[in-house]
Amino acid sequence: MLTKPEASPDGERARDVCSRHGNRPDELIEILHEVQEQLGCVPEAVIPVIAKAINLSRAEVHGVVTFYHDFRSVPAGRHVVKICRAESCQSMQSEALCSHAKASLKLGFGETSADGQVTLEAVYCLGNCALSPAMMVDGELHGRVDASRFDEIMAETLSEATQ
Amino acid sequence: MTKVFIPGDAAALSMGADKVAAAIRSEADKRKLKIEIIRNGSRGLLYLEPLVEVETPKGRIAYGPVAAKDVASLFDADFLKGGKHRLGHGPTEEIDYLKKQERLTFARCGVIDPLSIEDYIAHGGYAGLKTALAKSGAEIVKDVTDSGLRGRGGAGFPTGIKWKTVLDARADQKYVCCNADEGDSGTFADRMLMEGDPLTLIEGMTIAGIATGATKGLIYIRSEYPHAIAKMKQAITKAVAARFLGDNIQGSGKNFSLVVRTGAGAYICGEETSMLESLEGKRGMVRPKPPIPALEGLFGKPTVINNVLSFAAVPDILAKGAEFYKNYGMGRSRGTLPFQLAGNIRQGGLVEKAFGITLRQLVEEFGGGTHSGRPARAIQVGGPLGSYVPVSQFDMPMDYETFAANGAMVGHGGIVVFDDTVDMARQARFAMEFCAIESCGKCTPCRIGAVRGVEVIDRIIAGIERDKNLIVLDDLCQTMVDGSLCAMGGLTPMPVQSAVKHFPEDFDRPPVARAAE
Ligand SMILES: Cc1cc2nc3c(=O)[nH]c(=O)nc-3n(C[C@H](O)[C@H](O)[C@H](O)COP(=O)(O)O)c2cc1C
Ligand code: SF4
Ligand code: FES
Ligand code: FES
Repeated sequence: MLTKPEASPDGERARDVCSRHGNRPDELIEILHEVQEQLGCVPEAVIPVIAKAINLSRAEVHGVVTFYHDFRSVPAGRHVVKICRAESCQSMQSEALCSHAKASLKLGFGETSADGQVTLEAVYCLGNCALSPAMMVDGELHGRVDASRFDEIMAETLSEATQ
Repeated sequence: MTKVFIPGDAAALSMGADKVAAAIRSEADKRKLKIEIIRNGSRGLLYLEPLVEVETPKGRIAYGPVAAKDVASLFDADFLKGGKHRLGHGPTEEIDYLKKQERLTFARCGVIDPLSIEDYIAHGGYAGLKTALAKSGAEIVKDVTDSGLRGRGGAGFPTGIKWKTVLDARADQKYVCCNADEGDSGTFADRMLMEGDPLTLIEGMTIAGIATGATKGLIYIRSEYPHAIAKMKQAITKAVAARFLGDNIQGSGKNFSLVVRTGAGAYICGEETSMLESLEGKRGMVRPKPPIPALEGLFGKPTVINNVLSFAAVPDILAKGAEFYKNYGMGRSRGTLPFQLAGNIRQGGLVEKAFGITLRQLVEEFGGGTHSGRPARAIQVGGPLGSYVPVSQFDMPMDYETFAANGAMVGHGGIVVFDDTVDMARQARFAMEFCAIESCGKCTPCRIGAVRGVEVIDRIIAGIERDKNLIVLDDLCQTMVDGSLCAMGGLTPMPVQSAVKHFPEDFDRPPVARAAE
């Protein structure tokens, strides 16, 4: 027998999040951020649960999830590497950094490594433009990143994982 | 106990400030020296981050950029007493970069402990609110109008006029929304202020609430700014505890509450009506205007929407008077603007100056030229929708009207320098690409036009029927300007057409040479 989405552990947690936000539809974005933090993404299956809790249609919730770049439908890797591709970083050779990152991680933007360790993403400005090129790894900001700094940061990040 | 200031600002952290703080703590413990570490905001001399300051009888002495490996030698040099060291810059306030600025909005940023109400008040904080509480809404609005303050988010609309519309509107509920989406490349002043002096924003928004009769405030911060989000939330908690927010503020009978909302990675949500949709939990689709948000904004109620820097300028205006603020600046651009020096620049950072300073002064006198040491060739001012300014226009004064008259835009004050290796056809292509990625999709000229724009520029770059395609590009830009609902589609032609106009040679290079680069 198929379990109803509400009855699944994911659905349960999504419903909890909604209720902590007073089941308010105007808090949908905050709700989605929290669901993603807990579940690693906003799985298709919890969309009807959220919709029901905050009294919106599935289509409306789905529309919001897909509109914003932040929300994922499948979990990211253990580490998320975001490289800035906006103008200020371009002026400091971020394109070379991007090529280096893609080659060394063997990933394209938006891809996750087969072992689930790393997701590579492009972002447009991290507010660190005086110290371009910039990148963010697991929420930590880095400035003046060239190929060798990138390698150092990644080595440090990946060694933490195995500890 | 010696006070040591180590910025907790995200840019300083990006250069290892946490590691430096840990190293200074452990070295002090090892040497049995008593120190108090304060995680201040950044002074804005970002090229020197992490910039460590030590409080001495002669004032604060600066060292930077400090790496963890320099820490032992700093102690050896007796830096806790301001000793000489190769990373030393002497008294912070005497550093040219800072000394030559006119710090009004950023007077406290990097100076105080961002989360200390006592420190804030000791440095002039809440003097503006005090004045405001003794005035009527109309008097506060008049002060803001008389100061000449114009919106710092980009469009430069007079702040006082907007507030007056909300004040005069009749409604059971009004709102104050702060636009802290700061999506423009080359800008970070909102972030720095929220991390380094969040109470100034809180004070400015509180004054806006009291002036217009709005009792609820929301700050919409982009998700790319986790540090700013955390600081703002902590600062709100502090302000509530000290009764500077909430019910019956300081016994005045006035109420104002504040919450932080997190964006979700959509550039368009910086457009004010898109931001309102997002604050209501919806897709960030731009709303047609009218109705204007001042009359029908959040949940259809009258709403003040301003940028972080607009609100943050207000406490000083109330505390020191409209005349004081208005005396800075030129023409119809009054007061100061926190300029942000970014891109290929030797001394990037925040420079708050009165309007009227030239682009060249900012980039050369403050910025020290390019980071690469090569000649500067183009400067993009005002974010991704701003023009590329050629060397021949570097002497333009920073003033809304002068820039507009020259087909450019001051915007949020972001200044991104490119050296002579830049390929302007690539930059034009990127402007279209960015618009295609970030378009909300509501209108065709923007949604489809941007995609077409990338294709046309690709053909120009590839050397296919260049003359014909340059005309197609021009037509396409005109369609976007004329037919877009908001400035995303309407202004994307600015960087594109400025690149074509000022750097035609880049659109006429042999395709093979470019590919070989
Ligand atoms: C595509 C687009 C993005 C924008 N992004 C921002 C932003 O990140 N921050 C901001 O304050 N204003 C932004 N604006 C301007 C806002 O629409 C609005 O004019 C501003 O928030 C009003 O505040 P102000 O009068 O204090 O400048 C943007 C406008 C457009 C068209
Ligand atoms: S111009 Fe672009 S971003 Fe603005 S409303 Fe139209 S489609 Fe949306
Ligand atoms: S453009 Fe890369 S951090 Fe701003
Ligand atoms: S939609 Fe293509 S130019 Fe109008």
